[in-house]
Amino acid sequence: MTAVLLASAGTSSFPVLPALVVTPVLGALLVMVLPRRRPELLKLVAVSTAVVTGAMSFWLLSAFKVGDPGFQFLSETPWMGDLGVSLLFGIDGISLFLVILTGLLFPVALLAIDPGHDARPYYAWMLLLEAGVMGVFGALDLIVFFLCFEVVLVPMYFLIGRWGHGNSARAATKFFLYTMAGSALMLVGILALAFLHADATGADISFDLVAIAEAQSLSTGAARWIFAAFALAFAVKVPIFPLHTWLPDAHTEAPTAGSVILAGVLLKLGTYGFLRFGLYLFPEASHYFAPVFLTLGVVGIVYGAIVATMQADLKRLVAYSSVAHLGFIILGTFALNTEGIEGGLLQMVNHGVSTGALFLLVGMIYERRGTRMIGDLGGLQKSAPVLAGVFMVVMLSSIGLPGLNGFVGEFLVLLGAFNAHRWWAVAAAGGVILAALYLLWAYQRVFHGPAEGDNADMPDLGLREALVLAPLLALIVFMGVYPKPVIERMEPAVDSLVRHVEFHVDGFSEPVSQMGSEIGPLDDSHGEHG
Amino acid sequence: MVDLIWLVPALPLGGFIVLIFCGRRIGEPFAGWLATGVMAGSFIATVAVFLDMAGRSAHDRRAVVTLFEWIPAGDLSVDVGFLVDPLSLTMCLFITGVGALIHLYSVGYMHGDAGFPRFFAYLNLFTFAMLMLVLGDNLLLTFLGWEGVGACSYMLISFWFTEPANATAGKKAFVTNRIGDWGFMVAMFATFFTFGSLNYVDVLDASEAGTVAQTTATLIAVMLLVGAVGKSAQFPLYLWLPDAMAGPTPVSALIHAATMVTSGVYLLTRVNPVIADAAGWVPDLIAWLGVGTALFAATIAMAQTDIKKVLAYSTISQLGYMFLAVGSGAYVAAVFHMVTHAFFKALLFLGSGSVIHGMDGDQDMRHYGGLRRFMPVTAGTFVVGWLAIAGVPPFSGFWSKDEILAFAWNKSPALWFVGLLTAVLTAFYMTRLMAMTFSGESRYADERPGEEDGGAAALRADHTPHESPRTMTAPLVVLAGLAMVAGFVQLPFSSSTKWLEHWLEPSLYSNEVHLGIGGGTQFLLAAIAVVGGVVGIGVAVAVYVKARVDRGLFEQAIFADAWRIDRSVARFMGGPGRQGFDATNRFDERVVDGAVFGVADVVRRLAGLGRLFHSGMVRTYASGIGVGAVALITWFLVRSTL
Repeated sequence: MTAVLLASAGTSSFPVLPALVVTPVLGALLVMVLPRRRPELLKLVAVSTAVVTGAMSFWLLSAFKVGDPGFQFLSETPWMGDLGVSLLFGIDGISLFLVILTGLLFPVALLAIDPGHDARPYYAWMLLLEAGVMGVFGALDLIVFFLCFEVVLVPMYFLIGRWGHGNSARAATKFFLYTMAGSALMLVGILALAFLHADATGADISFDLVAIAEAQSLSTGAARWIFAAFALAFAVKVPIFPLHTWLPDAHTEAPTAGSVILAGVLLKLGTYGFLRFGLYLFPEASHYFAPVFLTLGVVGIVYGAIVATMQADLKRLVAYSSVAHLGFIILGTFALNTEGIEGGLLQMVNHGVSTGALFLLVGMIYERRGTRMIGDLGGLQKSAPVLAGVFMVVMLSSIGLPGLNGFVGEFLVLLGAFNAHRWWAVAAAGGVILAALYLLWAYQRVFHGPAEGDNADMPDLGLREALVLAPLLALIVFMGVYPKPVIERMEPAVDSLVRHVEFHVDGFSEPVSQMGSEIGPLDDSHGEHG
Repeated sequence: MVDLIWLVPALPLGGFIVLIFCGRRIGEPFAGWLATGVMAGSFIATVAVFLDMAGRSAHDRRAVVTLFEWIPAGDLSVDVGFLVDPLSLTMCLFITGVGALIHLYSVGYMHGDAGFPRFFAYLNLFTFAMLMLVLGDNLLLTFLGWEGVGACSYMLISFWFTEPANATAGKKAFVTNRIGDWGFMVAMFATFFTFGSLNYVDVLDASEAGTVAQTTATLIAVMLLVGAVGKSAQFPLYLWLPDAMAGPTPVSALIHAATMVTSGVYLLTRVNPVIADAAGWVPDLIAWLGVGTALFAATIAMAQTDIKKVLAYSTISQLGYMFLAVGSGAYVAAVFHMVTHAFFKALLFLGSGSVIHGMDGDQDMRHYGGLRRFMPVTAGTFVVGWLAIAGVPPFSGFWSKDEILAFAWNKSPALWFVGLLTAVLTAFYMTRLMAMTFSGESRYADERPGEEDGGAAALRADHTPHESPRTMTAPLVVLAGLAMVAGFVQLPFSSSTKWLEHWLEPSLYSNEVHLGIGGGTQFLLAAIAVVGGVVGIGVAVAVYVKARVDRGLFEQAIFADAWRIDRSVARFMGGPGRQGFDATNRFDERVVDGAVFGVADVVRRLAGLGRLFHSGMVRTYASGIGVGAVALITWFLVRSTL
């Protein structure tokens, strides 16, 4: 199967996807041999590595063939051939922008914030983290995917534990154990899947994602069980309500760069996993369990927003807003139509950009004031008008103001969800009211009102900070005004995924708009009958 | 010419971009002149397009100008494109025209403010968003403008952000509006589900052709009504508008009187074929909601002492008339009143701003009195606005209100009666405002209750109220002229004098109701309305000028307290609402997160035996994963070599 794929898609001469993994690893090794007392040199090497990696990921954008639904930039390196494990990489419209997002956020996070102490291991861990994430988004082999998915935990654990604030050791532990417990079952699932697939087809054992997904050789029951094992791992990673409580702790205690990467990239591992290894591998089970996830998605949207409103710590507030935003992604994913999945994908990218920027801004306030407690802040717009202005734009993007990036994804998710299961969409749309509530209230308490004490003379954004934020702001506006180039590249892959689900689920057809039909109050399941 | 329509929103957008990046370098007053200049340019562009359109025949007066594809996803394709038709052009004309005048006025009003360039940047951005709202050729682009004006309104209400009350008012406006936006969004989902498109041309033409089921049209119409009720401050979502007066007065004039708050009326007028397809109770609901809000807000306006609060409740009341018109199928009258209201209410707000300016920021009418001697231009133009809103012929408000009342009678005499009662109250409270502000004795230097000695009063006595600068009075004069003559675009005498109706025809399909009453009845209704207005004025004169009747009779505490609704809602939000949120938060901490630790605890106890191997240090576990991964790989490697 893979051979056919390789032949049809053609291989690029330069294995760019493995290079995206290998470059940060090499950078990390280089950092480790540099003298520990030269933090500026360490930073230079780390940032350059991340910039080179980022540049390669952006190169993908130009070389990516628009309109091609399949995997591109395929590269296969034999590894453990007898066991069917090979270093198989490839990306399509679903993973393309996640790779680019990763390539963008790492240099930004590295540039924006210095670790303060122990610079050498910090940069090494950050670069290893990037390698792992790139591996997750590029891997087309289940074992390679799983290894990368797990490897990501280690650097993140150390980043939170060593460079975090407050009770960071406890937060790091919680993060680690929680996500570990989730993915333990996934390994069992992967092994079972490969063996059952080999049994059913009589072929050699293989962990080739495309081969297994296209064959759909498992019995319905087995597929549902294995899907559940995968889903648990992803659900913790997303996180989906009620498995979300590791997130606010991890975010609050993590260093700023850690929060940026955690929110911007790491949370997408779960949502990406649902698309690539949920819907694609187990279309029938995904359809079967969809109501569960739709419900949890909507609960997450409303619940996350309500809890966010009551937070006293700015970082915790942003963390809970992520719970709400990721609820939208889950809702869109399990709407199982093009609009919903595409909206979810856009929301992944947009959430990365906006929430990444929000965490940077909160970090900048923390650097200046030594506190993130909303009650200690106030009137900052007077002393730092530019910072306040940037915060305002990012906040409005997070609220989902049309014309900025956040809206496009959110709207498409809701539109798709309405076509599939309208009452869920109607309830989820209520989340937009709450989003305005918690963010505007926080903004008011932090930036408006009279400025007293240290708040009165807080310095405004510096040039470096402005430069770091500029690309994110530009993306926020661009993606809101002209998302077409992005959607255009996503659509063929999303479409083919939806067709795949349609094809393998009996009697299911994509819930689309019904021209001229009547909206009856009880007619909520038309997605079921073809 | 029609292709030039993109210039109309592009100019204010350009102004915004320049001002936000180099506003501080441009400084005062040039930032204000730049903003005013782009608005004037935008107005000229609108006029050019209008003249082109006005010369065309009815079926030719609709054009779609597409700039680029905005969101293409799945079956959805939404453009950034403009629907140029009589309705959108009418809106553009008064948005850019009144907008330019208010920009000009602001140059004087905001003089010396530290945030001068920022103010004009926001004002330009607001106008851009407002123009996108009315020009968008699909619901989603209208929604972009809809949310954009909401965000600008938020930023401008809390413009003087160091005052906590202003910041709270801005937030309240945004969040309350979002409740309405929820309705708008659901309406869009239902529209896309039903029509497979969000473009007005597709949706409205299909709806007009009758391809849509009644239940569906009802759902869409009701959800759009929820949105309109939020934006146009109708009951029960009006709560944000009185608080929105915390913003600078030009903002109140532009956003909270002339333009943004009419968006709801625009939206309902735009989708008139959908309302026509909806169940019969939908128009009834719109009409009763409108007339109910009109009466309700008028009673509150009677007892307010803050001059801007009176005008704010008056705006809510007048918007209620427009909803009454829409519900009565009198779309032309709704647009007509929207235009005349834009002129006379902008005039009244700017006039009140001039008064506040002359009184050094004091908004309490009890401190005014006799101001006509100090500010003759403001007083003179204010008289025009007063007569127009009170429905005195031949001022513009008379014609538009009269037309609405005629259609209300046509639908149901009960609607007409409530509308008439509101008109009487309107004349009353506006006369009260006039009397307290401009006539009688000057009270600015009087001692006020609660003041310790005469020191403060003596200080005020040195500060004589003064007339405002030319930049402020010039717009007042222009608006007064418009408020006088705007009624002549739609005179009820014969078909040929109904210019506005003919002009709007292509936008209204055939959904404009035809008046089933004769000329005689219509004349009689108008006469009754005039008499009602005169009665309202007369009573107010007796109370506030001649002091023959006790004012406490009209200024009931329940009116002054806005029927206690705002306070009750605030108490609910601060009480049970907040407690509910708090409880959810505690649930998250104790139950959801607690369960995790519970599980961890159980595991720890069960694993007592295994404790020898487990140090409890995750650092060890993390290293373990590394070792494990290596072991796994090794195992694979070993097996593969066998």
